[in-house]
Amino acid sequence: MNFLQTFENVVQAAIAGLLTGSIYGLMCVGLALIFGVMRVINFAQGDFMMVGMYAAYYIFSLFGVQAVFGNSLGPYVAILLATGVSFVFGYFVHAVLISRVSGTKTIQLDGEGHYAQLILTLGIALIMTNGAQMIFGSVMAALRTPLTSAAWELPVGTNISVFLNKSRSIAAVLSVLCILGISLLINRTRLGKSFRASADNPVAATYMGIDVNKAHRMAFAIGIAITAMAGGLLATNYPFHPFVGLEYVIVMYAGVVLGGMGSIIGAFWGGLTIGLVQQLSTLVLPTQLQNTAIFVVFLLIIFFRPQGFFGKNAERT
Amino acid sequence: MKDRHSLQTMLGFVAIYALLATFTTDGYYQLILTMVLVWACFGLSWNLLSGYTGLVSFGHAAFFGLGAYTTALGQMHFGLSPYVLIPLAAIFGGISGLLVGIPTFRLRGHYFALAMLAYPLALLYVFEWLGYQEVTLPMMRDQPLAYMQFEDPRIYTYIALAMLLGGMLLTRKIERTRFGMALLSIKQNEAAAEAAGIDTYSWKLKAITLSGAMAAAVGAFYAIVLLVVTPISVFGMLVSSQALIVTMFGGVGTVWGAVIGSAILIPIAEILHSELGSYLPGIQGVIYGAAVTTVILVAPEGLYWKVRDMLRQRKGGTTTPVRDMEAPNSVAPSLASIERSDQQRSAAESGEVILEARGLSKQFGGLMAVDDVSFKVRKGMILGIIGPNGAGKTTAFNLLNGFFEPTAGEVLINGRNMAGLKPHEVCAAGVGRTFQIMRPFMRMSVAENVVVGAFVHASTDEQAHRLAQEAIEKVGLSAIADRIASELTSKELRLMELARALAGQPQLLLLDETLAGLGQSEAEELIVVLKRLAAEDITIVIIEHTMHVMVRLVDRFVVLNHGKVLTEGSPESIIRDKSVVEAYLGKKWSAA
Repeated sequence: MNFLQTFENVVQAAIAGLLTGSIYGLMCVGLALIFGVMRVINFAQGDFMMVGMYAAYYIFSLFGVQAVFGNSLGPYVAILLATGVSFVFGYFVHAVLISRVSGTKTIQLDGEGHYAQLILTLGIALIMTNGAQMIFGSVMAALRTPLTSAAWELPVGTNISVFLNKSRSIAAVLSVLCILGISLLINRTRLGKSFRASADNPVAATYMGIDVNKAHRMAFAIGIAITAMAGGLLATNYPFHPFVGLEYVIVMYAGVVLGGMGSIIGAFWGGLTIGLVQQLSTLVLPTQLQNTAIFVVFLLIIFFRPQGFFGKNAERT
Repeated sequence: MKDRHSLQTMLGFVAIYALLATFTTDGYYQLILTMVLVWACFGLSWNLLSGYTGLVSFGHAAFFGLGAYTTALGQMHFGLSPYVLIPLAAIFGGISGLLVGIPTFRLRGHYFALAMLAYPLALLYVFEWLGYQEVTLPMMRDQPLAYMQFEDPRIYTYIALAMLLGGMLLTRKIERTRFGMALLSIKQNEAAAEAAGIDTYSWKLKAITLSGAMAAAVGAFYAIVLLVVTPISVFGMLVSSQALIVTMFGGVGTVWGAVIGSAILIPIAEILHSELGSYLPGIQGVIYGAAVTTVILVAPEGLYWKVRDMLRQRKGGTTTPVRDMEAPNSVAPSLASIERSDQQRSAAESGEVILEARGLSKQFGGLMAVDDVSFKVRKGMILGIIGPNGAGKTTAFNLLNGFFEPTAGEVLINGRNMAGLKPHEVCAAGVGRTFQIMRPFMRMSVAENVVVGAFVHASTDEQAHRLAQEAIEKVGLSAIADRIASELTSKELRLMELARALAGQPQLLLLDETLAGLGQSEAEELIVVLKRLAAEDITIVIIEHTMHVMVRLVDRFVVLNHGKVLTEGSPESIIRDKSVVEAYLGKKWSAA
């Protein structure tokens, strides 16, 4: 019986890991799109996600979405709208700030501009985190739906059954759908082609008549929007606060590095793995050390496999 | 003297600050005065690693926090005095710096920054889990002196001031010695520093150890002043950011940066926080964020450098290069004088073998970039390596000087196999190198650039400067030794790289397209220098495309194609080898 109990716990944790991991995967894809196309490390990605969470929260409660679409469908409509808002926000931040230290500007900067980009996005992150604290306060917020605490029971064998949390399952399915949409966008559209060309060789792309700056701006805005969407989906399951970005920025980096820096779809698998590791670690580690486990995994990944699952070579000499 | 001048400025600053502290009666302002110094000191510790090496640390809070907890727990559990605990914290900080550095320095650029971020955040959760959410230092009012618990808050400011002065003097000392030069050269161009004989890994470890020790000592003092330690206040992201931000804002890579940044930002943030913090929490973070965002866009090196550049320009621009001042040593070469004598050539045919590549191969994935290459270089000879683009010439050099480890084969230098050793070790064994794409240390003067190359065989800094001076004379750049590298012409940069390689007293020079991008007359000048060096018994291996120059310069050719040795021989035989000429140099040459 004891063995059965353990087995059930492991399966339950693995499923929770896959569900949460899908959302993490989506989050990572947003960051990876930005890095893959622009070669910019966006330190503020977690904070953009936090803004997406608050956007969904307030669109839901203040702008009548709740009244029109109800408590079950409403949050998802709000998330979709927040994704659009985040796209515009990302577009604007790139135009005003990020474009000054990336793209064609990197030639004049030390170390291909990585130094300036890291510090600039750190500054943006600080402004966003603390600005959010001023505006929203440090009280926990949540985009709770009736589905948050509901579950489908899935019998596995005769004696055990696992529970699939409804809102997490929906979030996972939506994440996967979004990823499929993104890969279609990258592989099948003109915009996707300009992304790939800009990522591959920005100079050559310019000569071929591709507006690299525009491709970068779109990549940044879409990357922010994707991560914000993941944030919204996360918010239907977990409460959040203005400092939530920092917690997830490591998750995102771990996922992106694991998937292979530059591999956009690889980032999804990376994020999924991190979700699994996190949930499985709850079986053996106290909850407070969950994040430490992620940091340790992150460090192990960059020490031993900096090129990740799908990346070729992490850095050129 | 400049030296005395800057020391006086420091002492003057300390005196004025002490005076200010003495006449500040308000306890709250006094605390701000102390905190300005604490963060300035912390900024200096960050600067020591990140400011000089360019490896951005997002995780200095790890050391700061360890220092703070060492003090808090040490006093709580063992009743130790701060006089013991601060040095102890520094030792712990130094050790943890070393432990962090050993694995993390395998990473570069943003990987390094992100990995550093993980350390304090991981520690933060560990300390929370250990139940140290809030550690209060026990009150020792009866022994204020022994436990640094003074009634008079001014004393804390004085102690902090002493710490800051110590930190500034240490930074200044490092800046002026081989240590600082090594770190700066790593920041400017790590590969070039390695090739110039700088053991970059061990210098970086020294830097992070020292930096960690300083940060931990500051953290320890912080705990003593505030008497309360929480994980978020010492390991939090804002702590790491603050070190970076005060330094970046004030000026990177200078003694004064962190002090200036701290003196401006800390009071603003603190006062705004106390005025508005109750209804605008997080105002400090916004200030820091805005400060660093602005500075990176407007003055990426920080205020200090911005102001200095502006002052210089107003003075009439000593920074602008004096274009008409040509190096007086640049001899106008007569063509006859640069012919190698037959005597030299025959000596080169029979001399002892100084470098031998034996079956050298390098595979990148499915590509054999260098495939079973063997050749010998004899003492005093000039060997030319030619071949079309992508033939594996530069890769071969990278194997010879240790940038790459060969997939197979040996590199024998004076009979000793050096394959797989680090570039600085190969440099120490007597191999100097220049690069196809020039890798000067752009922000450093010619003399500084060259002295970096001299450290490898100099036991003292004085000796290094002397060797550097000699090397500069040899290439004829003495007149412009004080100019900043970024102001030089291509030819001067090429000569400077040559001097940097020469300063390491090499027996053998590997020159990668030294004449690339030079005009006819400039190339001739360089040729003269190279011939003179060869005459002084320095062996030279050179990659070059300019065939007509090469034919007159080298004693022997090795022709590479698709990573393999196609043929080798004297210039005459290579020139007449129709297949070589047609395949690699074009039809034009086969007609000649």
